[in-house]
Amino acid sequence: MSSQEIFSKDHSVPRAGWFRKDLTGLQHLSREELVLLLDTAAAFKTVGTRHIKKVPALRGKTLVNFFVEPSTRTRVSFELAAERLSADVINMSASGSSLTKGETLKDTALNLQALHADVIVLRHSSAGAAQFLAERLDACVVNAGDGAHEHPTQALLDAFTIRERKGRLEGLHVAIVGDILFSRVARSDIFALTKLGAKVTLVGPSTLVPKELERLGVQISHDLDSLLPDLDVINLLRIQHERQRKEYFPSLGEYTSFFGLTKARAARLKPDCLVMHPGPINRGVEIDSDVADSSRSVILEQVTNGLAVRMAVLYLCNAARSGESA
Amino acid sequence: MSHSILFRNGRVIDPASNRDAVGDVLVLEGRIAAVGAPVPGDVLTVDCSGKVVCPGLIDLHVHLREPGQSAKETIASGARAAAAGGFSTVVCMPNTSPSIDSASVVSWVQEKARAEACVRVLPTGALTKGIAGEEMAPIGALKKAGVVALTDDGRCIQNHELMRRALEYAGMFGLVVMDHCQDYSLVGKGVMHEGYWSTVLGLPGWPAAGEELIVQRNALLAELTGTPVHCQHLSAAGSVRVLREARRRGVPLSGEVCPHHIALTDASLQGYDTNFKMNPPLRSEEHIEALLEGIADGTITILASDHAPHCNFEKEVEFDQAPFGILGLETELGLFLDILVHKRKVISLPRLIEMYTVNPARLLGLDSGTLAPGALGDVTVLDPDLEWCVDKNASLSLSRNTPFHGWELKGRAVRTVVEGKTVWSL
Repeated sequence: MSSQEIFSKDHSVPRAGWFRKDLTGLQHLSREELVLLLDTAAAFKTVGTRHIKKVPALRGKTLVNFFVEPSTRTRVSFELAAERLSADVINMSASGSSLTKGETLKDTALNLQALHADVIVLRHSSAGAAQFLAERLDACVVNAGDGAHEHPTQALLDAFTIRERKGRLEGLHVAIVGDILFSRVARSDIFALTKLGAKVTLVGPSTLVPKELERLGVQISHDLDSLLPDLDVINLLRIQHERQRKEYFPSLGEYTSFFGLTKARAARLKPDCLVMHPGPINRGVEIDSDVADSSRSVILEQVTNGLAVRMAVLYLCNAARSGESA
Repeated sequence: MSHSILFRNGRVIDPASNRDAVGDVLVLEGRIAAVGAPVPGDVLTVDCSGKVVCPGLIDLHVHLREPGQSAKETIASGARAAAAGGFSTVVCMPNTSPSIDSASVVSWVQEKARAEACVRVLPTGALTKGIAGEEMAPIGALKKAGVVALTDDGRCIQNHELMRRALEYAGMFGLVVMDHCQDYSLVGKGVMHEGYWSTVLGLPGWPAAGEELIVQRNALLAELTGTPVHCQHLSAAGSVRVLREARRRGVPLSGEVCPHHIALTDASLQGYDTNFKMNPPLRSEEHIEALLEGIADGTITILASDHAPHCNFEKEVEFDQAPFGILGLETELGLFLDILVHKRKVISLPRLIEMYTVNPARLLGLDSGTLAPGALGDVTVLDPDLEWCVDKNASLSLSRNTPFHGWELKGRAVRTVVEGKTVWSL
């Protein structure tokens, strides 16, 4: 698909097979839907490199960035994605909303709908919050992270980045390292990567890697060192200081000594192994500072690709809601 | 005002007197007068052919929400729901606002029940002041005011020394202590069973061990103090094992099971529907199997609902922020008949009736739960084979928070009689 197709007046992007007005998670998406999202994102990626960065796909539509839990990079990425699609964007945070006055999430959302919001991008600390809204609103609801449940656009940009760099996902060995228990990124990554044919190993201390996840078709390891030479991708999750209660592991130092991607460990990776991180990174904790800046690191490419992926999501969901889906 | 009624030609099941035979039951002036062979009676007569006549059912675990939370339920509306479920007696929990932790609140509930409730409402008293788990409530005064048991239900005393002393003190008054078994440090902010589904759904897990540990604590303290402890709404396999072992040795420990814990698993939470959120949570198949074994072998002796009404607007929020609890009074008998007697054949109909009549009556020392002449004239008529569909919009509760809307069930009550007076009939 060429970028020209996106700009054509009949919006003839091949969105056959996309009928969802919402993207609340990746668990229930088919492989075909994932591929469609990635292909659409690939077409949109070229838009970001053009002199004129806007396309009219969402012209006249209103998108509300509703961030009940604080976030900067995801909010900015959705905001830019929406603006490049020519949507009008409103940013709302919990502190600036009536939620602090005791209004329920449902009422806040119904008020947004009464103002004819077309798309609501929701970041929320409660698992299931995006699905809660999607079931109650006519507007498109896009999950920008719900508690420890899913963060679908992050996983899509991870998959996009791997596919772009490696040309494929089938058969690649991807390790996801760190706090899996509390990570919505890990869950969405597991769903996306396994459906797209990658072999996924979850790595981390036994307190943060629930055994139950093996039922999703992934492997579990507590021995990062033995895995290093076999990996095609290593995705390091942020160790979230604010959520880590001390009973999960003794100290950040001990964490780093067993699970941090130190220089010594990075040296044992394949030369073409990609180093990924959803950000924001803790230099010196889950990843050595120099390794984060090394040529194998694609951390900033992930950010760039996030924009294209979010444009694709907004575009497809809006088209499905408008009944434009083929 | 006393009432008389004659139940003609029903299958009379009274586990307290080992009766299971077709016959008549006569209630005169509010008391059981005669049972058995055709009895003459110039009173209102109900033909019970093809039906079961049993002692009025007792649910010893309901939340009627008054005082203080009358948007969820009132004593009057909860009593109507109880009657429609076949219950002539309900035992209400003290976690109201204010909590039932003083004689004056007990009296208020009793007055309100006398004036407005169509079934017998028996209040329990809090074990600790304000159900805060810190200081003993005025247990002696509560006993004098007429509570039938003590409980901090909804919360659990974490301080084992306080629990031990409260049990010793309650024992002096002959009061049973009913305990909501939950270890706070293990459960933390858990909102659903800890396992595969909590992991996939990203919801904080409530491990089975969080209940099992307190059931074990209660076994040890019941043995130490000699005061009977009744473990409420058991949900976990380990709890059944502990209870079985303790009862075998004669420890005064008992346990109850609620229908949702055997009807549903944690897989039901995939849609984040808060009508599947209760405390303790829905667990996995192996826990259900253990509960059924416990019911079958007599380890579990009592069935109850944990009827916990909440307003729609309270439940229609983010899953982790919604209150725990679901309705139960109008569906519990149908669910247990359908699952325990018909589908899984875990127990016989007389055993089920025993767990809803004589067992709770004996635990609490009530003058009911039997059709023995002289007992209170509370009678429930069942049609164990009647097929019906749960319709939450037809509920007599003020609330609608049930996960069973639309369920097809076999078996239900068709008439509820309190002291000879029919308070509900189908």
